[in-house]
Amino acid sequence: MQNINNEIIAAIATGFNNSGIGIVRISGSGSFSLIKKIFKKKDGSSFEDIDSHRVYYGFIMDGEDVLDEVLVVPMKSPHSFTTEDTVEIDCHGGNLVLRRILELVLRCGARIAEPGEFTKRAFLNGRLDLSEAEAVIDVINSKNDLFLKNSLRQLKGDLYKDISNIRQELLYEIARIESALDDPEHYDLTGYSSELKEKLLNVIERIRGFIKGYENGRIIKEGIKTVILGKPNVGKSSFLNMLSGYEKSIVTDIPGTTRDVIEESVILDGLNLILYDTAGIRESDDKVEQIGVKKAMESAGNSDLLILMIDSSDDLTSEDIDLFGFIKDKNAIVLYNKSDLNSVIHPDDLKKYTDKDIVKISVKDKTGISELSGLINDMFIKGSLSYNDEVMITNERHKKLLDDSLNSLSNVMVSIDSGLPEDFYSIDLKDAYDSLGMIIGENTGDDIIDMIFSEFCLGK
Amino acid sequence: MGFSEYYDVVVVGAGHAGCEAALAAARLKLNTIIFTVSINSIALMPCNPNIGGTSKGHLVREIDALGGEMGKNIDKTFIQSKMLNRSKGPAVHSLRAQADKADYSREMRQTLENQDNLTIKQAEVCELIVEDDTVKGVKIFTGGVYYAKAVILCTGTYLKARCLCGEAITYTGPNGLMAANHLSDSLEKAGIELVRFKTGTPARIDSRSIDYSRMTPQYGDDPVIPFSFSTDPASVQKEQVLCYLTYTNENTHKIILENLDRSPLYSGVIEGTGPRYCPSLEDKIVRFKDKERHQLFIEPEGIHTNEMYVSGASSSLPEDVQIRMYHSIPGLENCKIVRNAYAIEYDCINPAQLYPTLEFKKIKNLFAGGQFNGSSGYEEAAAQGLIAGINASMSVLGKEKIIIDRSEGYIGVLIDDLVTKENHEPYRMMTSRSEYRLLLRQDNADQRLMKKGHDIGLVSDEQYEHLLDKVKKIEKEIKRLKNTFVGNDEKINDLLLSLNSTPLNSGASLFELISRPEIDYRSLSEIDTDRKSLPDEVIEQVDIYIKYNGYIERQEKQVEAFKKLEMRKIPFDIDYDDIKSLRLEARQKLKNFRPISIGQASRISGVSPADISVLLVYLKNS
Repeated sequence: MQNINNEIIAAIATGFNNSGIGIVRISGSGSFSLIKKIFKKKDGSSFEDIDSHRVYYGFIMDGEDVLDEVLVVPMKSPHSFTTEDTVEIDCHGGNLVLRRILELVLRCGARIAEPGEFTKRAFLNGRLDLSEAEAVIDVINSKNDLFLKNSLRQLKGDLYKDISNIRQELLYEIARIESALDDPEHYDLTGYSSELKEKLLNVIERIRGFIKGYENGRIIKEGIKTVILGKPNVGKSSFLNMLSGYEKSIVTDIPGTTRDVIEESVILDGLNLILYDTAGIRESDDKVEQIGVKKAMESAGNSDLLILMIDSSDDLTSEDIDLFGFIKDKNAIVLYNKSDLNSVIHPDDLKKYTDKDIVKISVKDKTGISELSGLINDMFIKGSLSYNDEVMITNERHKKLLDDSLNSLSNVMVSIDSGLPEDFYSIDLKDAYDSLGMIIGENTGDDIIDMIFSEFCLGK
Repeated sequence: MGFSEYYDVVVVGAGHAGCEAALAAARLKLNTIIFTVSINSIALMPCNPNIGGTSKGHLVREIDALGGEMGKNIDKTFIQSKMLNRSKGPAVHSLRAQADKADYSREMRQTLENQDNLTIKQAEVCELIVEDDTVKGVKIFTGGVYYAKAVILCTGTYLKARCLCGEAITYTGPNGLMAANHLSDSLEKAGIELVRFKTGTPARIDSRSIDYSRMTPQYGDDPVIPFSFSTDPASVQKEQVLCYLTYTNENTHKIILENLDRSPLYSGVIEGTGPRYCPSLEDKIVRFKDKERHQLFIEPEGIHTNEMYVSGASSSLPEDVQIRMYHSIPGLENCKIVRNAYAIEYDCINPAQLYPTLEFKKIKNLFAGGQFNGSSGYEEAAAQGLIAGINASMSVLGKEKIIIDRSEGYIGVLIDDLVTKENHEPYRMMTSRSEYRLLLRQDNADQRLMKKGHDIGLVSDEQYEHLLDKVKKIEKEIKRLKNTFVGNDEKINDLLLSLNSTPLNSGASLFELISRPEIDYRSLSEIDTDRKSLPDEVIEQVDIYIKYNGYIERQEKQVEAFKKLEMRKIPFDIDYDDIKSLRLEARQKLKNFRPISIGQASRISGVSPADISVLLVYLKNS
């Protein structure tokens, strides 16, 4: 527990919305020294002796840069929600500024809070010595978490309803099998296995859909890893610069990346793109450039999205054709650049080489951007995934549970195919049911028995 | 007045729970007395004429492995026997026997009568003597006082019982037997919380008035498999009676629906809670409107009687409606009812007042078993009676009491559910209640529990050694099959093809071959030349182990995790008010239930995983 208590956690305490005001909350011993590093009072006076429960007015500084004009409220242990030293930063600069402040806080030694972690700390810190937190957290993790439940209740999307529906369907099948096992002279399972198989195929399909939704969630959270490809001088750098200037949206320049691949994070119509500008792809004898090309191809292989730029003012070269081949089986968009100039090739010419979407842009005139962002939106953000912080963060655990349930269901399929008796199906069906239950924070309890009695007529 | 005697153990009630409790205590050489309101009702089967059935068959096997009597008694008195669910996996195979009710009862009575250290007494126990939160004995209606070191309450459905048949109400126990009207008040005075439960039984019909040609006969198994591990299978091969299957129809349903207002259940006369698994026919028809017909089984009550039990047709409708209802059923057109169906209401306890040892939390040395604990069924009763009897004896002997946990037996599931979960109807065992079902098979009850039975002193050395020998043979044979390889050989592949199995390209162990679904141990006898002749019970275990190994191992892993939490004990004197972070609901639940382990605490509804974490941290610190 000590180690956990020592960790400073931080998160944006207000949800993602378009309001200009938001709070970044920091908790854990060390929060005060953290805030000292990044906060400067308006009057420039020292912030050395922090009074608890006082509102301080000033600036959040990233080095010499002012990130935002803020109010800071320090709360000394134990008089805070978590009972730990806590600092709340009341920011005014909108979502992007909130994120930048959070990132700064994280860089200064805090880690991002797990969903419900403030509450969890508050709860565990009650009056307890927390030296056994790890055991505790294991228990919390292994069972349905109260906090998960709360966070899921906030989930406005259809996920909750959909998973409940699937559970209900599985429950019915379990109850059907169990009824037949309990009252074999009453309920017969002849021909049932093929019926079940069909139903499960449908359920499996739907769970796969959720997992895909998780990918969307991850993409919202981590950003879409986007690699810009194209032969040299096709306009990649200006494209990147244009995006960076777009909505003044640079979030980070991550230092330490090699000169060969430049990583930059931009927000494009609400989508977070992690852009990797690659050295121009070109067969080269130059050693340095070869390495750059190699790295470019490597990052392209790990990306979520490839953007291939084609210079419309120049003829297609064999390099372009190779790149069309490279993006063939990947998530990719072709940019038809320099559409402001006299085009030598026509977008239709490109269709011979690729079936990817082609967007006409002009980096110079800044046209075509909204079409591009619309396309990326369509590609990545399917369905009604809400832009909710909690959804994203809890996703990883959900994903694992979805995987578990999928795994259990495929075990049922295997049991059916290898001719095992029906009572074996219900073992794995129950596991799947439990895994899904943990996602939405519901206990199994007596619902199998209740379903048996409500849906099947048993008894002497 | 003024008369008193001293015993080690007093058992109140001589139904299925009381009999097991008294036998266990007496066999452990404790001076034991058992009370019954009627000597003729010892081990009475007032409802269905069966022992066993799905999951209940498991209980009987477990009772037997622990040294109880039920399995032996039914082996001596059954008139038809069947292994249910044979087409399903081994975990859900369940034995069910039709009993000759009179024989069953008589046989058990004789066993009790012949048992050393056991006194049988016909009397109504009307008062519990409790001093300093410890039970000291009981008082009977005629005034005698019986002091004891431990008392076991197995009052079944007799406490303040009333029977309802339509508008007619009689204040009797089952079968018109005397109700026990005095004890309830004394129990409440001792601080025991009582609730009112309800159950029912169908009519009995004169066999001569039934037209069996309109029904489907139901046969017993050949060969019959005995319940008890100590019964010689040869001794149970005998001629069996038939049961019959018939169905309700539209007309039956119409008669019932038209008279629903005359059912005490629907008119609100009955206050008690009825069991969902044993619905009256009117219940089934109201709740499952879409079902065009319901099955009814006609089962003999015994060899020396013409009474037939109508399984599936319990009812609390008035007599005239019942007659019309039965007459609408194929084969029963002219049937004569010997005894009407009736519902019975009775006092029983909220079993949350018990530890998993079946001892009262508030009253030392007071134990309870059977329907009194809010359960239902002969087998459930006997299982609890046995555990209560064992633990009362352990208490007297100053030895450690036993708890069968959920991973060890259906008995464990039964008792844990009773004492941990909120129960609003008579509790019936079901296979779906057991989470480690694959491990808790009826075929391995001896391997699971006989060591316990032997340690306690209820299983003989001879029987236990037989088990050890069996286990050794199973292990040895599995090892041999793992190490015996066959190759790509014509004789072997011919055999595989004849079994619809894929021929071998390379070598495989016999173990691997048996794990194929289409192959079992016996089918390989031709090619397994080193095979020694082994008893059937060994071969069965070898087959099951090899075939379901993967699943079995999986459940064993789950059991490990389960055991960890079970082993984290909560001290008796824990003060939940001292744990500030507990939510109010959880604190109240924990104070009420007083769970013995973190595992048990985690199964109480209303206690969340977060509450459990708080509890863990608190325990660690204190």
